[in-house]
Amino acid sequence: MTLAALDAQTLADAVGLGAVYALMAVGIGLVFGVLRLVNFAYGQLIMVGAYTLAFTSEWPVAASIGACFIVVLALSFVMDRAVFRPLRTQSPAIMLVTTFAIAFVLQAVALLVDIRDGTIGESAVSIAPLNQAIAIGGVDVRKVTIVAVAVAAGTLGLLALLLARTTIGLHMRAAAVDFRTARLLGVRANRVIGFAVLLSGVLAAAVAVILTVQFPLVSPDFALRDTIVVLVGVVVGGIDRLWTATLGGFTIGFATGVINGALPTEETVFLPSAVFALVILVLLLRPAGLFARGGGAAVERV
Amino acid sequence: MTRRVDATVQLLGPAAVVVAVGIATTFVSPSTRIYFLNALVSVAIVVAIYVFVGNSGVLSFGQISFVAVGAFAAGVMTIPLESKTGVLPDLFPLLRDHTIGNVSSLLLAAAAGGVVAFLVGLPLMRLSGLAAGIATFAVLEITHNVLREWTKIGPGPTALSLVPETTDALQATVGALVVIAAAFLYQRSRLGRQLRASREDPAAAQGVGISVHRQRLWAFTLSGALAGFSGGLLVHLLVISTEQVYLELTFVTLAMLVVGGVTSLWGAVLGALLVSGLDSFLSEAEDGVKVGLTLDLPDGTRLVILGLLMALVLIVRPSGVTGGRELRIPRLARTVRA
Repeated sequence: MTLAALDAQTLADAVGLGAVYALMAVGIGLVFGVLRLVNFAYGQLIMVGAYTLAFTSEWPVAASIGACFIVVLALSFVMDRAVFRPLRTQSPAIMLVTTFAIAFVLQAVALLVDIRDGTIGESAVSIAPLNQAIAIGGVDVRKVTIVAVAVAAGTLGLLALLLARTTIGLHMRAAAVDFRTARLLGVRANRVIGFAVLLSGVLAAAVAVILTVQFPLVSPDFALRDTIVVLVGVVVGGIDRLWTATLGGFTIGFATGVINGALPTEETVFLPSAVFALVILVLLLRPAGLFARGGGAAVERV
Repeated sequence: MTRRVDATVQLLGPAAVVVAVGIATTFVSPSTRIYFLNALVSVAIVVAIYVFVGNSGVLSFGQISFVAVGAFAAGVMTIPLESKTGVLPDLFPLLRDHTIGNVSSLLLAAAAGGVVAFLVGLPLMRLSGLAAGIATFAVLEITHNVLREWTKIGPGPTALSLVPETTDALQATVGALVVIAAAFLYQRSRLGRQLRASREDPAAAQGVGISVHRQRLWAFTLSGALAGFSGGLLVHLLVISTEQVYLELTFVTLAMLVVGGVTSLWGAVLGALLVSGLDSFLSEAEDGVKVGLTLDLPDGTRLVILGLLMALVLIVRPSGVTGGRELRIPRLARTVRA
């Protein structure tokens, strides 16, 4: 394989990863917009979706994917009712720690369920064929990469339309700018928040399918690492706006893909340190986010 | 007069509970003793976190990095010389050729934690809210990554073995008391009160001339030093590797602080003891215990119950079981006057 081909290969994979992370960033950013809540348990939603795929891998593929969406949406709904709604008036720190706890619970439950057969990890074999590669101009592009990019582009387009053209979209944007005023003007809080949480659930289910195709072995810490990376990307990009958050998610996914593809393993042992040092630097220099315009009045600094 | 009584109760209450646990430690069987010692070290760690998080109101996921720094500093420096070159051949000569005593290793751990916290806090303490949460999390990741990969300063990915196990009932109790006393003195000092004022209203605090950045930095440094000291206690109690001072410990200690009540010393102590107690009971129950009827929980139930408890406390009573208030003796006079 020539160097040029390797580069194109790395880039193709990096774009695929960036697309998945962008979807996750949208899911996190939507909920943050209306609730000011960083949902740390987002990765566990994806994990539950992946387990659903693994446990239904005997079923027809369409039914299995359908089950994944249903379970993830149901869990999102329960989370909204049982956790987010009672916490709405609390400080962001309390909400963050709570989702931390929820994430922990879901992961522990997954471990309990998974360990029953004596081994950790379940495999979702039925949807693995999507992982086959097709060659485009000497570059092996996996089908799922194409699916990921298409789903990401399609979802972002639909979301843009939804936010710009529909009443509920208008309500969500209003709630994201100033929740209290929006409520005074007749925006129904529960409806807007519930809708945002469900939308982010749909995205989580889609990400679950895409990730499971690529990594069919599902374990309790499935997508945990990805969620942490995406959260970092979202904050670095600028969490106050959906587009900057999405761009942040895509950028960090793309960068991770390129770096992992380009550097041999023994040279990447201190890579996490370098990346997180960079994150700290960005937060110090541009606390509102790398892609945010202007100073950003919402940022507290002392 | 009543103020002085209040202050005494605030210090002596938590101290008395810790001493009671310490005394109980000497009466239980050796297999149960480790749970008690763990609980005492947890008190030290949680109070160290409280010094910063409780007084400043700024969330930090990074304090366990200072526990890690302290633990590895104390651990590496107390491995006996004759076996050090064998287990840790890659160390810097300075670290390889010297070994220090138990008490000096704890002081070294405190110094290491404090210095690292100061250097990290210098830029980071300008951040608040979410940015502070993510940045301190980044600190945890960097510390973990460096300690895990750099074999010139420590054991790398392997466990730190052959460290003398010197944390007994006396040391754990005294250690926890030292941390509690430091936290108490700090929160009643001028510096501590300035920081607490900035927690309630940063703008007003700055308005009356408080430098929020500087006050947060002092608290962060003190918290780092106490966390490092607690790490020293921990490394002399258990054989640890980098994984033991990482995400799960961060979660468990934060859970303890939140369950107890973030804004009070009493909450930190009580939360640490309650959650450790429950945790120990549950891990015994996973192996099967007899409490009236035989209880045998499947492995992993412990984490589910701890997580649910934490979530429940946060949703139902976000200020913790103490309500975030210090311990005080109920007085009739106060209600009459009100």
